[in-house]
Amino acid sequence: MTFNHKHLIDIREYSEEDLTLLLDTAERFRPINERRIKKVPVLKGYTVVNMFNEPSTRTRSSFEIAEKRLSCDTLNFGGSSTSTVKGESLDDTVETLCSYKIDMIVVRDRHAGVPQKVARKSGVSVIDAGDGKHQHPTQALLDLFSIREHKGSFKGLNVGIVGDINHSRVCGSLVPSLKTMGAKVTLIAPGTLLPPVPEALGADYVTSNLDEALPELDVVYMLRIQQERLEGAPFPSLREYSMLFGLNEQRDKLMKPDAIICHPGPINRGVELDAFMADHPTRSVILDQVYAGVLVRMAALYLLLGGVDEGIS
Amino acid sequence: MALLLKNAHVIDPQVGLNEVCEVLIRDGKIVEVGHDLKMEKGVERDLGGKVLVPGLVDIHVHLRDPGQEYKEDIESGTRAAAHGGFTDVCCMPNTNPVIDTGAIVEYVRSKAKAVGKCRVHVSGACTAGEKGEALSEMGDMVNHGAVMFTDDGRGVQSAGMMRRVMDYSLQFGKAVSSHCQDESLVGQGQINEGAVSTRLGLLGWPATGEEIQIGRDIEIAALTGGHIHIQHLSTAHGLDLVRRGKADGVNVTCEVTPHHMFLTEESIAEDYDTRFKVNPPLRTAADAQAVIDGVVDGTVDCIVTDHAPHADHEKAREFELAPFGMTGIETSVGLVVSNLVNTGKISWERMVELMSINPRKIIGIERVALEPGSRADLTVIDPDLKWTVSEDDFESKSKNSGFIGWELTGRATDVYVGGWATMEDGKVLDGPANS
Repeated sequence: MTFNHKHLIDIREYSEEDLTLLLDTAERFRPINERRIKKVPVLKGYTVVNMFNEPSTRTRSSFEIAEKRLSCDTLNFGGSSTSTVKGESLDDTVETLCSYKIDMIVVRDRHAGVPQKVARKSGVSVIDAGDGKHQHPTQALLDLFSIREHKGSFKGLNVGIVGDINHSRVCGSLVPSLKTMGAKVTLIAPGTLLPPVPEALGADYVTSNLDEALPELDVVYMLRIQQERLEGAPFPSLREYSMLFGLNEQRDKLMKPDAIICHPGPINRGVELDAFMADHPTRSVILDQVYAGVLVRMAALYLLLGGVDEGIS
Repeated sequence: MALLLKNAHVIDPQVGLNEVCEVLIRDGKIVEVGHDLKMEKGVERDLGGKVLVPGLVDIHVHLRDPGQEYKEDIESGTRAAAHGGFTDVCCMPNTNPVIDTGAIVEYVRSKAKAVGKCRVHVSGACTAGEKGEALSEMGDMVNHGAVMFTDDGRGVQSAGMMRRVMDYSLQFGKAVSSHCQDESLVGQGQINEGAVSTRLGLLGWPATGEEIQIGRDIEIAALTGGHIHIQHLSTAHGLDLVRRGKADGVNVTCEVTPHHMFLTEESIAEDYDTRFKVNPPLRTAADAQAVIDGVVDGTVDCIVTDHAPHADHEKAREFELAPFGMTGIETSVGLVVSNLVNTGKISWERMVELMSINPRKIIGIERVALEPGSRADLTVIDPDLKWTVSEDDFESKSKNSGFIGWELTGRATDVYVGGWATMEDGKVLDGPANS
């Protein structure tokens, strides 16, 4: 199996074979993460810069753990130390970083298209760790990993995504990659949270009626309601949002018995999920997703940097 | 000193001219148009194979002076205009400071007289500081030569304010030109709202955000009896609104740009090329076709460029942080001749209407025609000249064109302002124009 990608920026450039290889490779990293010494030397001597121009705890932690377990040297660059705060342009920042002779940049930015720019300017491998409301490909990979883990395959699987589709970079990567894998995708949201042309993402169905859609779904993917974005609110109240689009105990009976619940985290308990659903012993795979994040990021780093095979079981 | 232009194909629908003939110029004016003209003493120019038309006018350019001279200034912007084939431009008031008083109009006009390569007319802001809150001193600006009023760069947000602008400006007999953008609908919109904005994760700038103000301003023009000029119209429905307004007898005119005709939102791809970030945004292929149809059927009154120079370091920023706008004054003639005239979509006469006759009427400046007594403001175009748009070829300080690499046929080679050449054989001449 060949893997011909230098970057992980636009997941639509990844074929079903590419995605399957990533997921299979992630699976091979599982045993390493479950033994006492959780480290292999496959990327020893590689330098990876985590360029997080926007606050992030979970994605950044997950990348850092993945990098360390592969023995990369990592540099965390961002926060208040970002040069943009001092007025430096993105291009100049990237050139400065490249002068350190690095091998990869993992970039998170609040502006769409920045990973493409960084790739163009730097010439090194780039992983998009979330750009504006555009894409978040490693999130999609971990979602695919968890869905495959619990559902076996994607063919004919009905996946419903509920919530703020319009501002979701998760959707920008998840919807097209689910389509690549052969799943059917339904977007469920009020008109104020839908993108102008949902079909442009690849969605098969679009609806504002959660109760009608639920009985068909094998996977219910709940997006986080970003309370910090509620200025000029796209819905009247959290109470009403929860009433119409929240997954709660009452809706449990509408779901297929084996339907699972995903969420990219962090959860707003009582808004998109109530405690019953968030902690549901058979449906909720949310913590599996977090673990999968480390595995798929290890796989992406490994395949993109062309690491040597020794040390993987 | 006299000048005899020979062998050019002279086209001017104002006087019904479309033939090879000679034009004799003396003291900045056309003395005679005809055959076998005699000149006692002077210079002869052989313009065989070229088209000679009344000087072209671009009534929507940003000269960035005062305040942003690193992008463009009056000298470089008017050199670019001459290079593009223009004898006159009308510059927009969104400078720093905003052109909203007579003193700043005076600054632009006097600097243009000193260093300009073409005639420079000034659009003043219609509200103080382009804030949309209070009337600007239009009377003072008219006394210093302002020809039009606009808050170009942003829309006047309140309908009541727009009505006040139109009511007040009536006494000066100047057009109010409107940059149509409802900020409550457009917000931080980056590119046309639709499939491309969805795919690229960029906030959409919906067509309705433009059309709602086009419709509103046509209604206000009907109410007040004023002349509303719709700027850089970009949507099919917007054109329908203008079409209907004209049919209803409203005093409405409109302009379109080459980039809204020849580029679409599909130009903005996964590389997030900021050269294609313009305001209003590039629209769909159907919109671009509708704009061209409007040019062909007469709905569109004039072609402008919205020449919007920006420095490399500004356009090199993140897409969402990069400024809106592209340059255009040096590519407009080539694009129009290549894509509209040479393809037979419009006649040379219609091109002259769109780029010379109508723009002069809209801003109310002296008529220029190929007839004795007229100012000798003339543009010479080689309709067969093949060239490739290249950064190195620009006189503008800025290179943010969306047409770099395009292969075009036809461009202006010579320009005369008041009988003096500002460009000869494609080269801009040094020394100020006699304006």
